Amino acid sequence: MEQTNTAISVNSLEKSYKNLKVLKKISFTIQKGSIFALLGANGAGKTTTIKILTTLLKPDKGSAAVCGYDVLRQPDKVRSNISLTGQFAAVDVILTGRENLRMIGKLRHLPEVNKRCDELLERFALKEAADRRVATYSGGMCRRLDLAMSLLGNPPVIFLDEPTTGLDPQGRMAMWKIIKGLARSGVTVFLTTQYLEEADQLADQIAILSEGKIVAEGTAAELKKLLPHVHIELNFHDENDLQMAKDLLSEYNTSLNKENLTLSVATDGSIKQMADILNQLENAGIQVAEFAQKLPTLEDAYLTIIGENQKNEDVK
Amino acid sequence: MKIFSKIKRNFSDAAVMSGRMMRHIFRSIDTLITVIAMPIMMMLLFVYVFGGSISTGSVDYINYVVPGIVLFCIASGVAYTALRLNNDVTKGIFERFHSMPISKSSILGGHVLTSVVFNAFSTVLILLFAVVIGFRPAAGFPGWLLVTGILLLFTFSMTWIAVLFGLMANSYEGAGVFSYILLLLLFISSAFAPTGSMPGIVRTFAENQPMTPIIETVRSLMLNEPAGNNALTAVLWCAGILIVSYTAAMLIYKRRTA
Repeated sequence: MEQTNTAISVNSLEKSYKNLKVLKKISFTIQKGSIFALLGANGAGKTTTIKILTTLLKPDKGSAAVCGYDVLRQPDKVRSNISLTGQFAAVDVILTGRENLRMIGKLRHLPEVNKRCDELLERFALKEAADRRVATYSGGMCRRLDLAMSLLGNPPVIFLDEPTTGLDPQGRMAMWKIIKGLARSGVTVFLTTQYLEEADQLADQIAILSEGKIVAEGTAAELKKLLPHVHIELNFHDENDLQMAKDLLSEYNTSLNKENLTLSVATDGSIKQMADILNQLENAGIQVAEFAQKLPTLEDAYLTIIGENQKNEDVK
Repeated sequence: MKIFSKIKRNFSDAAVMSGRMMRHIFRSIDTLITVIAMPIMMMLLFVYVFGGSISTGSVDYINYVVPGIVLFCIASGVAYTALRLNNDVTKGIFERFHSMPISKSSILGGHVLTSVVFNAFSTVLILLFAVVIGFRPAAGFPGWLLVTGILLLFTFSMTWIAVLFGLMANSYEGAGVFSYILLLLLFISSAFAPTGSMPGIVRTFAENQPMTPIIETVRSLMLNEPAGNNALTAVLWCAGILIVSYTAAMLIYKRRTA
């Protein structure tokens, strides 16, 4: 195989289940050693994409290659180069953590299985729980074990399907740290997520998948330019204060909601603007009852991006 | 050479898979109770409670009932094969295995191998217990060889029904349902009482369903009596069930993993 910098390439991939089109001609390429995040809501087609790339599903049309091997024509070669950590921890709860690892090690016909298992148990903070049945593990421990099982045999490409869904914040942070560490060691990571923040934290490259189409692709910074602005939401005691605040902040783009007595102020997300807004209100003696910063959600992102797409099409 | 190393790899993968399933069985009190303790309780119940009032002619009731108990044990045993396979299919482990560079046949093969080995193990335990409470088979070595053959064939065909249901069912509860039908067939057969004493329709059903010829064959072989036509009928039933369930299971397997 010729040496290239591409770990995964996907070309006009299509897949339907009966009459339902799940993937509509998606294409992307992923650089070796990078973290790629496929961002999308439930039902967008993320898991289908992962299943095709890991040879579990056959595409209807288009092609996909992992490490230069075609998923349809050379599935065995693909399987030797990848590891899949599915959406639900695919661990055996009847076995102990160590037994789970040993089983995968034996199936991969690795030398020195015991030594590798000990290393991974240590690295994923599972050493103490190693000889306990997995049924007694917490959600975070199961995910870590699942990932450790994927890493046995050092596959160059790792697929993580929603690696932090259902984890508590602590577990999520731990998982992020591990994923970043993986990419530093040269592994290519393909992950799916529903969380914009997660993609932002981890990924070198993000693609947003919506209803089977990639609607936006780029680095986190590039995508953020497309997102709606950060809003500050101010809540007041009465309508009078609300109106005064709106007049005071006329230089900003504001929208007011009389029912809830809230004023939503669009900002660029900087501390400077936030401080300026609060200072102006303070100096004018307007009492703010509550105050919150609203980050753009994935939904906002979709709506904005899909809206932009439609506008562009209208122009054409 | 390449083929040789591939076969070796297949076997070693299937052995790892089976090792895993064996751990599952021996760590599950539930399985051990249902598959070993229950048939023993049934045997005690039939021999010491009901047996006295069932007429089996010149044959001691315990010698009469043991083949039925053995089939009862196997029919309960394969239910767990379906449950464990279904658990793998629905909980993601199956996908993990399929995305790994391992021999595909070992994934289902591990379950089938485990089923056959564990059922053989529990059958031997049941037979040993039966001897303790007075079971006295008359079969010689060739007879036991034939008994082993027909019981293995029966276990294989029942296992593939289990694989079929394990792959098909959407839930853990659904996967084991077929074993109730197997147990029901056993009760309406010559397992516990001769069909001669049954009323018309029941008797016709009992004599023409698969369990009766299988039981009759095993019983004749164990008692060192000629099995007659029953042996052929039993083998045909088992082979037929095996072929149909294997074909259906493989179709569903291919569709699930396509």
